[in-house]
Amino acid sequence: MAEDILLRMTNITKTFPGVKALDNVHLELEKGTVHALMGENGAGKSTLMKCLFGIYSKDSGQIYLEGREINFRNSKEALQNGVAMVHQELNQALKRSVMDNIWLGRYPTIGGIMVDEAKMYRDTKAVFEELGVNVDPKRIMSTMPVSQRQMVEIAKAVSYNSKVIVFDEPTSSLTEEEVEHLFRIINMLRDRGVGIIYISHKLAEIKRISDVITVMRDGTHVVTKPADKLEVGDIIRYMVGRELTNQFPPKTNVPGEVTLEVENLTAQYSLLKDVSFTARAGEVLGLAGLDGSGRTETLENIFGSATRKTGTIRFKGKVCRNRNPRESIKNGFSLLTEERRATGIFAIENIRENTVISSLKKHQHFGLLSSKSMKADTQWSIDAMHTKTPSQETKIRSLSGGNQQKVIIGRWLLTDPEVLLLDEPTRGIDVGAKYEIYQLILDLANRGKTVLVVSSEMPELLGICDRILVMSGGRLAGEVDARTTTQEEIMTLAAKYV
Amino acid sequence: MAKTNYFKRKQEEYRALDSLDRRRFWTNGLLNNALYILMAAFIIFTAIVNKNFLGPSSIVNIITLAAASLPMALGIGGCIVLTGTDLSAGRVFGLAAGMSAAFLQNRAASKLIFSKLPATTGGWIIAVMLMVMLAGAVIGLVNGFFVAKFSLHPFIVTLATQLITYGLILMFFQINGNGGGPISNLAKEFKTAVSGPAFRIEKWNVSIPWYVIFAIILVAIMWFVWNKTRFGKNMFAVGSNTEAARVSGVNVFMTTMLVHTLAGALYGFSGFVEAARLGSVTAATGLNNECDAIAACVIGGVSFVGGTGNIGGIVLGVFVLRIIFVALNMLGINPNLQYIIKGAIILAACSLDMRKYLVRK
Repeated sequence: MAEDILLRMTNITKTFPGVKALDNVHLELEKGTVHALMGENGAGKSTLMKCLFGIYSKDSGQIYLEGREINFRNSKEALQNGVAMVHQELNQALKRSVMDNIWLGRYPTIGGIMVDEAKMYRDTKAVFEELGVNVDPKRIMSTMPVSQRQMVEIAKAVSYNSKVIVFDEPTSSLTEEEVEHLFRIINMLRDRGVGIIYISHKLAEIKRISDVITVMRDGTHVVTKPADKLEVGDIIRYMVGRELTNQFPPKTNVPGEVTLEVENLTAQYSLLKDVSFTARAGEVLGLAGLDGSGRTETLENIFGSATRKTGTIRFKGKVCRNRNPRESIKNGFSLLTEERRATGIFAIENIRENTVISSLKKHQHFGLLSSKSMKADTQWSIDAMHTKTPSQETKIRSLSGGNQQKVIIGRWLLTDPEVLLLDEPTRGIDVGAKYEIYQLILDLANRGKTVLVVSSEMPELLGICDRILVMSGGRLAGEVDARTTTQEEIMTLAAKYV
Repeated sequence: MAKTNYFKRKQEEYRALDSLDRRRFWTNGLLNNALYILMAAFIIFTAIVNKNFLGPSSIVNIITLAAASLPMALGIGGCIVLTGTDLSAGRVFGLAAGMSAAFLQNRAASKLIFSKLPATTGGWIIAVMLMVMLAGAVIGLVNGFFVAKFSLHPFIVTLATQLITYGLILMFFQINGNGGGPISNLAKEFKTAVSGPAFRIEKWNVSIPWYVIFAIILVAIMWFVWNKTRFGKNMFAVGSNTEAARVSGVNVFMTTMLVHTLAGALYGFSGFVEAARLGSVTAATGLNNECDAIAACVIGGVSFVGGTGNIGGIVLGVFVLRIIFVALNMLGINPNLQYIIKGAIILAACSLDMRKYLVRK
């Protein structure tokens, strides 16, 4: 048994000023197994991995790779020793081609000077064939959807002949079908004897794919058990350290009269075509569909951050032109964007600046901003959203994903919106915080707001929505009642125009 | 056959568009090619007003001017690919020109900066060229070191080295009682080797100077470096996403250093050519030359966003800029007004070019 241990991390401790991020953590990865690493945001999973890859230097503890003690100083050294990581935040040179990215840092050369592009092309093709990925190696990365870019990242890890591959939240931007493909690849790697560390928040996935599960909480190791010995409920209990009876809060909102009417929405620059629907006050309306089916585009076109070709938007009978986000905000719309880090937060600004940015006008007195009223509004937002933050002056980037999302929801509520467009509101957020976000969404509906939610996680839509619109190939494929529908029905609709 | 099919398909695609999309198709086509359309119109207009503009001597003039400013643009292009810039280029160029002139004066001249120098043989000329390129490379290395090591923005670093280099130039021009005056009376051998005719076209009574050949060779070398070497690919990767390059094991530090060092050497070469071209170098030589080089790169599609651009674009940009400068002169436009027109053209060209890269939603 002992010789099957590929990677062993023992007594890893790491302290940051004021926080003990890791406290005597240990982890053992066997050959040919998928080892899930679970825990809420801030539990220390990422820190542990960063210690492995030499991005952080550990204070104490040992790491052994195949029995030999190692101490990687950077990711390059780790890669050369067969330890690779597929990052959650894809780190790629987007303006370069697929094969340029895969062989980056180790281009094959002819005679030591000229880069051998023919070999790069051949080798890339070979790796893709092995993984069943259908991508042209010469394609420029920025022209591909996120899911394909992720496949490139996985192919890169495989091309290093890695013994250990760490997947950090690999499915957060994948559709169900792509997740299946990813799992086939992971299973293939496992059969080859590769050791896989799989970090994810999605419990159902973890149960399906992993052999062993390790749960961490507050920088400590909580439990390591074979996956079939742990039930979903157990995992949640270990993760949050308390009983979490329900994944979703009880639905208490009652949809009222129709407020939002969208007619023949067609986009100028994307595939969105002839989308018409209505939404009610106090209703949570879900938007389901595959990645690229036009869900995000629907919200962006309503909000005016994308260019409409045709289409009418009415709110309470009044036509809203919504030519740009500023106009839309005035009309009572707000949009929580899909990519929080890229288009949601101002990372280096503090909580207060992030909270009041959309409602600065009302803090203005004789051309000057009143810090008293800004502080008051920010405090209201922190209290109402139950944001966990040391102070209003804390930089938003130091908060966890869930708390960042709460700050942004608070930002929008301060603009007194009537229609909330929420694009993947719980992406990359841990279980406990997800529940709180769901509660916030339902509270909004209870207060008579019209809420549109886009999500790739079907259980989530089924859990919090009243009705669900299913998009497919840029068109509206159908509408279902969230109480009576099934995942199968939604999937069938989602494939209608593909 | 394939070609006709292509056009047929395009035609069908166009027919399938509705009126709104058709109008957009034409505006887009017009705006995307506006730079070329305007250039063509401008050239035709100038040629009509001044018959000499498209004459052989004028064309050779444009080619030689472009060839003289190409090496600097090729160097600065790399810095822009890394999302940086280089403000020290003009002064490095000036220093190299001054050094070349001082080391290659006519031995019979009355006022020599350095009296004890080897004879002006081909070997010595090459030695001086390598020396001034090395001097440029050293300044480039300093730029690269501070950019890479301390993550300073190249704007700041090169602003500082621009001042430092100017100080060095002023001190250099004081050597041996020169008192800051121009260094002139250069060796004939030097001038012949660099700006002398490589070949003549008797029919049109024009000759092509050697440095045009040098520029062509440099373009070929730089094209190879940018497209076919690890260093070139790493440069684009660093410019496109530094972090991705780092985690993939690219030596970001070395790549940044090398880009700036290479750029410095190219400015040095530019200055060397300039000394031979002008025959007289002052402390002000090279002032603001980096602005033309940066403008040429940007017109040629080397974006400040980083990670995009190619050698062909830079060559095109250099030519476009030169053609405009020469044409404005030939049209007899007031020199003061010329600056305003040049500025406006750069703004318009870059705005039109940027349009193509914008991601629309």
